[in-house]
Amino acid sequence: MSEPGFLAHRAIRWSALRWDGAVGAVLIVLLLLSFSFVDGFGNSLNLSFLIGNTLPIALIALPMTLLVVSGEIDLSVASTAGLSGAVMGALWNQGMTIETIIPLCLLLGAVCGLINGLLVTRLGLPSLAVTIGTMAAYRGIAQIVLGSDAVTDFPTQYLDFAAGRLGDTFLPQAVLPFVVLLAIAVVVLHATPFGRSLFAIGAGEEAARFAGIRVKRQKLILFTVTGLMASLTGIFWALHYASARYDNATGLELSVIAAVLLGGIDFDGGKGTLGGAIAGVFLLGAAQNVMSLKDVSAQSQIVVTGVLLVVSVLGPRVARQISVARAGRRAAASTPTA
Amino acid sequence: MTHPSDTGPAPVLALRDVSKSFGAVRALRGVSLELFPGEVHALAGENGAGKSTLIKTLAGVHRPDAGQVLLDGEPVVFHGPGDARDAGIAVIYQEPTLFPDLSIAENIFMGRQPRRALGRIDHRATHAATAALMRRLGVDLDPDRPARGLSIADQQIVEIAKALSFEARVLIMDEPTAALTGSEVARLFGVVRTLREQGAAVLFISHRLEEIFEICGRVTTLRDGAWIACEPVAGMTEDDLVRRMVGRDLDELYPKQDVTPGEIALSVRRLTREGVFTDVSFEVRRGEIVGLAGLVGAGRTEVARAVFGIDRWDAGEVSVDGRALVNGAPSTAMAAGLALVPEDRRAQGLVMDMSIERNIGLTGLRTTVKGGLMDRGAERSRSLDWAVKLQVKYARIADTVNTLSGGNQQKVVLAKWLATSPKVLIVDEPTRGIDVGTKAEVHRLLSELAADGVAVLMISSDLPEILGMADRVLVMHEGRLAAEIPRSDATEETVMAAATGRAAA
Repeated sequence: MSEPGFLAHRAIRWSALRWDGAVGAVLIVLLLLSFSFVDGFGNSLNLSFLIGNTLPIALIALPMTLLVVSGEIDLSVASTAGLSGAVMGALWNQGMTIETIIPLCLLLGAVCGLINGLLVTRLGLPSLAVTIGTMAAYRGIAQIVLGSDAVTDFPTQYLDFAAGRLGDTFLPQAVLPFVVLLAIAVVVLHATPFGRSLFAIGAGEEAARFAGIRVKRQKLILFTVTGLMASLTGIFWALHYASARYDNATGLELSVIAAVLLGGIDFDGGKGTLGGAIAGVFLLGAAQNVMSLKDVSAQSQIVVTGVLLVVSVLGPRVARQISVARAGRRAAASTPTA
Repeated sequence: MTHPSDTGPAPVLALRDVSKSFGAVRALRGVSLELFPGEVHALAGENGAGKSTLIKTLAGVHRPDAGQVLLDGEPVVFHGPGDARDAGIAVIYQEPTLFPDLSIAENIFMGRQPRRALGRIDHRATHAATAALMRRLGVDLDPDRPARGLSIADQQIVEIAKALSFEARVLIMDEPTAALTGSEVARLFGVVRTLREQGAAVLFISHRLEEIFEICGRVTTLRDGAWIACEPVAGMTEDDLVRRMVGRDLDELYPKQDVTPGEIALSVRRLTREGVFTDVSFEVRRGEIVGLAGLVGAGRTEVARAVFGIDRWDAGEVSVDGRALVNGAPSTAMAAGLALVPEDRRAQGLVMDMSIERNIGLTGLRTTVKGGLMDRGAERSRSLDWAVKLQVKYARIADTVNTLSGGNQQKVVLAKWLATSPKVLIVDEPTRGIDVGTKAEVHRLLSELAADGVAVLMISSDLPEILGMADRVLVMHEGRLAAEIPRSDATEETVMAAATGRAAA
């Protein structure tokens, strides 16, 4: 009787393995396989495409991770990015200098986030509903601002920065500021009292409030920063692809949320690491890149992203339930001898 | 009438030498129990003694690893709660789960309502059947009333009626009185006596020992999963029972030290929250334990919430050591030296999925910081320090608090707040649902804190606790402070009179 019991015990320990570590391992395996078996994956042009296309997801994933850890979500990020790009294009057409436009656009993004935050914290509305609404609203404003124009004639040095590479490596230059932002986000989430309070809010909002944590204020800060980062991403997007259109970054929120959940951030809040989230981002980015190389259509790629989203929400739960069921069966199996 | 006796009828439900383990934890070790028709049988034991496992075994939730469940003397195997219900076994839990938008009658006959032609629900028959059940229980509840807004006591009655409608012969009542007021308990006991006279077997679990002596005929005691004794209640004393449960003599349940009160630490002036409480004024001095008594719903918890800043007040003021607190701001209340151990430890006191270390750490997010970052070493030693001081029983400080027993969880909540070195400590139902050994520890702790100059405000529905621990008793009635009674004059009668509004002002 000890044999199955022993195995079940092992199974419980295995399922307790950290999901984010597993995602990192899958990412490494995918990269190794892609280098070996996918034609055109390993050349530096493709790698720089991969990273450049993944950076917008990664940038928004930073604040989104913090937001989901605290039990909230923001679906309006892609629309905020699109709105920033559109406003940037419109103001550029008006003849304003880019040095004035960028701070204005960042401010606009922060205001978009602040509006989400106020609706959630002051009116007590669920963030899922609020941000579905603002997702449509911000995108609509973008279209009103820019119509169907595409603004492409931004100053060369900005376009070069957003599209250029670091020396003669395959890394885009924009990786540098991203790494700085990533480091800041990691420290904020995992090493500051603010980050600690986010985990508490996500895992037990009422208990957090009873511990003197200013729940509403923390959430308001998070939504505002998320808007700011979404706007930064929108600016980067318009410069990187040298095109400001109202429909820039459409559907990006799906990729960001899929990547963050894939990285082991619990949709119910309170659990996860930024390392896992970033592993999820690059896993999704690499998968999309490989699919493009294999001529999988853009529509099919969205299907894959959607399926990944469902799997990443289900995965950790199924693993937990299997371990519980095994523990139960183990107890039942030992009945006759005990 | 049938009565349990040596040669009498077979027990309606029995356990024989039942053992049950969960992993390495042996929850039950060779436990036996016999329930006879027409008896009220108490199940006593500290938290973790195996009471819950025993109940779940009887209710078909768990299957024993060894030993037998006997129904009318015949061995049976319950494959699930449905089997146990069909066998006439019903469990009434502490907090019933009714559908709030359905009526009492609909809740009782959920899924099996009497039908008329074309499968339409026969509301009149449902109503009549429910009314008959209520009459049988001797209770006056309108069958058409929605379950929403019923008190917990009324909801329990509905659950009992539901059990009767299933022809239950065995009722297992798991801490039914924990959330009830005195008069509600009296009514529940009336119902239990009626059931007993009608031949039902009742298994009764309560941490309030005086209730066991009031209502039960025999008591089975468990300790650490093992059967200790089964004996008639008559002739036993509370001390006897505690000794069986704890396995040693308990020094004293209410170790109150005499203290000379110092300066005013907490001052509440004319505090009002519209529709909730009105014009509440009191003060608590350093070294004092002030009891706040009253019926459930009298506004005690609401006053504590407002004082701490969880809810805003509409008028009045609160000050700690003479400094006025900001309305609706727990963080400033904490900074001023106020601590609140809330009523609901699972939702309000603790983040259940977080570790012991981090739960205690939550009140130190401002203090265990170095250069803007968490000082993890300081956080860990602060948490360990207090977990050890309060003798929390845990495997590792990094374990989540939901692995702990209720009593140990409550100690973690206390640790979390004592770690802030509060000047004023408000505790709301500090010993609800925890075993008698831990209860005595909590009382000793409160007494020591007061002796060290902390001002303690203790809200409790446990009257002996209020009388045993408080220097003064404040009594609330319908949102107002109805009386202030010094320790020397505080008795069950004076406190209850004020709580029910019968006292002269």
